[in-house]
Amino acid sequence: MHACEPIAGLRSYGKGANRTILDCLFRPDWPGKVVFLPPRGPRAPAATFGRDSSVSGAVPLAADEKGLGIVTTASSADHPTRRDFLFVATGAVAAVGAAATVWPLVAQMNPDASTIAAGAPIEVDLTPIAEGQDIKVFWRGKPIYISHRTKKQIEEAQKVSLSSLPDPQPDSARVKAGHDQWLVVIGICTHLGCIPIAHEGSYDGFFCPCHGSVYDTSGRIRSGPAPTNLPVPPYTFVSDTKIQIG
Amino acid sequence: MSGPSDFQPTNPALKWIERRLPIMGLVHSSFVAYPTPRNLNYWWTFGAILSMMLALQIVTGVILAMHYTPHADLAFKSVELIVRDVNYGWLLRNMHACGASMFFFAVYIHMFRGLYYGSYKEPREILWILGVIIYLLMMATGFMGYVLPWGQMSFWGATVITNLFSAVPYFGESIVTLLWGGYSVGNPTLNRFFSLHYLLPFVIAGVVVLHIWALHVAGQNNPAGVEAKTEKDTVPFTPYATIKDAFGVSCFLLFFAWFIFYMPNYLGEADNYIPANPGVTPPHIVPEWYYLPFYAILRSIPNKLAGVVAMFGAILILAFLPWLDNAKTRSSKYRPLAKQFFWVFVVVCLLLGWLGSKPAEGIYVVAGRILTFMYFAYFLILLPLLSRIETPRPVPNSIADDVLAKTGSKSTPMVSTVLALLVAGGLLAGGMQHARAAEGQEKPPGNKWSFAGPVGKFDRGALQRGLKVYKEVCASCHGLSYIAFRNLAEAGGPGYSVAQAAAFASDYKVKDGPDDKGEMFERPGRPADYFPSPFPNENAARAANGGAFPPDLSLINKARSYPRGFPQFLVDFFTQYQEQGPDYVSAVLQGYEDKPPAGFSLPEGSYYNKYFPGHAIKMPKPLSDGQVTYDDGAPATVAQYSKDVTTFLMWTAEPHMEARKRLGLQVFVFLILLTGLLYFTKKKVWANAH
Ligand code: FES
Repeated sequence: MHACEPIAGLRSYGKGANRTILDCLFRPDWPGKVVFLPPRGPRAPAATFGRDSSVSGAVPLAADEKGLGIVTTASSADHPTRRDFLFVATGAVAAVGAAATVWPLVAQMNPDASTIAAGAPIEVDLTPIAEGQDIKVFWRGKPIYISHRTKKQIEEAQKVSLSSLPDPQPDSARVKAGHDQWLVVIGICTHLGCIPIAHEGSYDGFFCPCHGSVYDTSGRIRSGPAPTNLPVPPYTFVSDTKIQIG
Repeated sequence: MSGPSDFQPTNPALKWIERRLPIMGLVHSSFVAYPTPRNLNYWWTFGAILSMMLALQIVTGVILAMHYTPHADLAFKSVELIVRDVNYGWLLRNMHACGASMFFFAVYIHMFRGLYYGSYKEPREILWILGVIIYLLMMATGFMGYVLPWGQMSFWGATVITNLFSAVPYFGESIVTLLWGGYSVGNPTLNRFFSLHYLLPFVIAGVVVLHIWALHVAGQNNPAGVEAKTEKDTVPFTPYATIKDAFGVSCFLLFFAWFIFYMPNYLGEADNYIPANPGVTPPHIVPEWYYLPFYAILRSIPNKLAGVVAMFGAILILAFLPWLDNAKTRSSKYRPLAKQFFWVFVVVCLLLGWLGSKPAEGIYVVAGRILTFMYFAYFLILLPLLSRIETPRPVPNSIADDVLAKTGSKSTPMVSTVLALLVAGGLLAGGMQHARAAEGQEKPPGNKWSFAGPVGKFDRGALQRGLKVYKEVCASCHGLSYIAFRNLAEAGGPGYSVAQAAAFASDYKVKDGPDDKGEMFERPGRPADYFPSPFPNENAARAANGGAFPPDLSLINKARSYPRGFPQFLVDFFTQYQEQGPDYVSAVLQGYEDKPPAGFSLPEGSYYNKYFPGHAIKMPKPLSDGQVTYDDGAPATVAQYSKDVTTFLMWTAEPHMEARKRLGLQVFVFLILLTGLLYFTKKKVWANAH
């Protein structure tokens, strides 16, 4: 019972109808004006209230609004702070519970333990890759290009002036020192995720067939809609002929 | 739904919406202003509890479907992987599986409440019939859901239940083939059951909307069974019913959480942790507890067709209840005879449920027939008769009178009925714990397990020693295929470091491939690999073991059980005893006797074991003193080996047990706090309404 509903239990109600539901739900002022049943027969009012009378300490007012024997109490004035505290505390605890319940329902969408375990680092042997060739391996479901670059390709990659690049990065930042011939990049176009084709395009690097992005021999974006260079995955040289990706 | 609402929001944006789609008015008139009888007792909160359960089942079910694989070869494993690998997967799975039981538990109370207070009588016939339809849909959904984990009980439950339709004259066989999509229960069956199991809950939700609509047209019944006449008889739904329902729901959640966190397998069958095997039927096929009364009716009729008809009839008869009972007085409170027979009927249903869990033989069959007769007699003879001969007591003039007459009186009868029902329900539930009730089996001795009880934890030392025993002894015949080496380093496990687990893994040779040339090759194990199985396939395993198949041990502690008997299983519910499996496994490991007792003829190639069902086991005595060297000073005895390896196998069966119990404690603290707060809030809100 609250201000938007002056009379309890009426099927139609006009008074206070200009409140929103939120007003009604979040202003718990209902016990202030509740309808209670008038005492009948020989019972005294206290008996009517039963065990609750001590809580409400209500003084019945003769607010017989529609001549229906309805009496309103003024208990809201009695312990406003205690009552409000109880409602707020209950609501807060329930809200905390609801939030905590949502957590596992959402967290379950994250990769599960077996997926994470399968994403462990992998080792790749470089010996079979001849100069000028490249291979594609998969790590965490992503294609990784490993190119054995030729002298010419390395030179091209190093010569280019950084100011002419859309995403300036020197070639040395994209390969491991002392291993200039090995380019390791994630083969996913930085535009919208297609897989560029190696050894294609006007820079002898990669060419993405989806929307025409062209990457050079260092995997840097040179033209087309892709905004950034092909990313370099985390990897280290275990030996001169073996790398560990991840 | 109490007529067009004149609810008007003030906010201009809300006003704009409301003019075009009066949804706030609908919500307001249905769940805020809706007048609800002021004398409703707590039995009426089960409507809200059921709504919550339906929502919960749908949410958890949709989530589980994101991780589940509906394929005969993969379903069992995918469920295990949900429990083991998915974040909070164990929680979601327990919520969904126990949730089904809770859903039925609540719906039975809801139905008995309707029965007792005459809620099916004019003008609520349609409301009641919609309820019966919901119940039927629930049964179908529950059954198909139980098939999805594709364990032994799933498979054989599906076989038995679908075969019910073969009783149909002439078309039976064709109908069953149609249901299966094959010549037996198989992958097509599993696939369609998954599809339908996903669909039906939404159908239920639709019928629930109709159910609530019908409820809001007719208005709620109430314990007095007299209609609300004036506004003195009612209180607005919000806050009165809302807060009372919230309190009821919160109490129910406490009960529910007990199962989720502490007794997740109490209502389940150990056999369902054995993957489906079309070649072997478990010794005792029992459906889930909520179908047991109907299962008992099915079995007590010696004719196939008649049994099936009786079983479905037992449910459908509910739909005719409004016309079978035409007594004018609604509430059994005022019907001295009907009230007593109601309780007799409740007992009949519980006993039928208990019988459904028993083998269909001897005295159980006779009792089943008597109770089946009583079940139908209640509807077909007793209720029609009572409406003629019974003189009801006078009903109150109005709900308000009823409330005034009761104010100040105690509500103890309610409490005692709840207690009685809980005990009876526990009895029914426990009565079905029959998975391994083999005759002549000795009861395994109880053990003190470190992981038992509400705060139980695995003993790390025992886990590490148990792993050693497994590796050096069991692993020569038994696989451990659900455990990956990485698990050894996970929290709640044997407590190895990631590096130790990796080193442990590298001792194993794992088959991988194909390589560039298309050849398979062997490489050292990695943490992500699973324990390799000793045999490439089941046939090879059988050939090497005298025809017996050494089962995979990952789940052995959950897949084995023994009957606890009455009243022990009832006590178990409160003491949280869940260790039938470990007790049995460790007993079998130690139960070998060199000489079988006189008069026992041991088959060739078998060994005598005191605790193995039937006593003749194909596995030779696996452990002997001093066989495995412990480096932590623990005694090298068979007793210690058994204890350690059983502890280890309990961990492999449930790697997240510690997380489950830990979260359980937190949830309980929270729920008790919330329930207490809701109780006082409810008291405050209702203070003036009584
Ligand atoms: S995705 Fe490569 S250019 Fe668009």
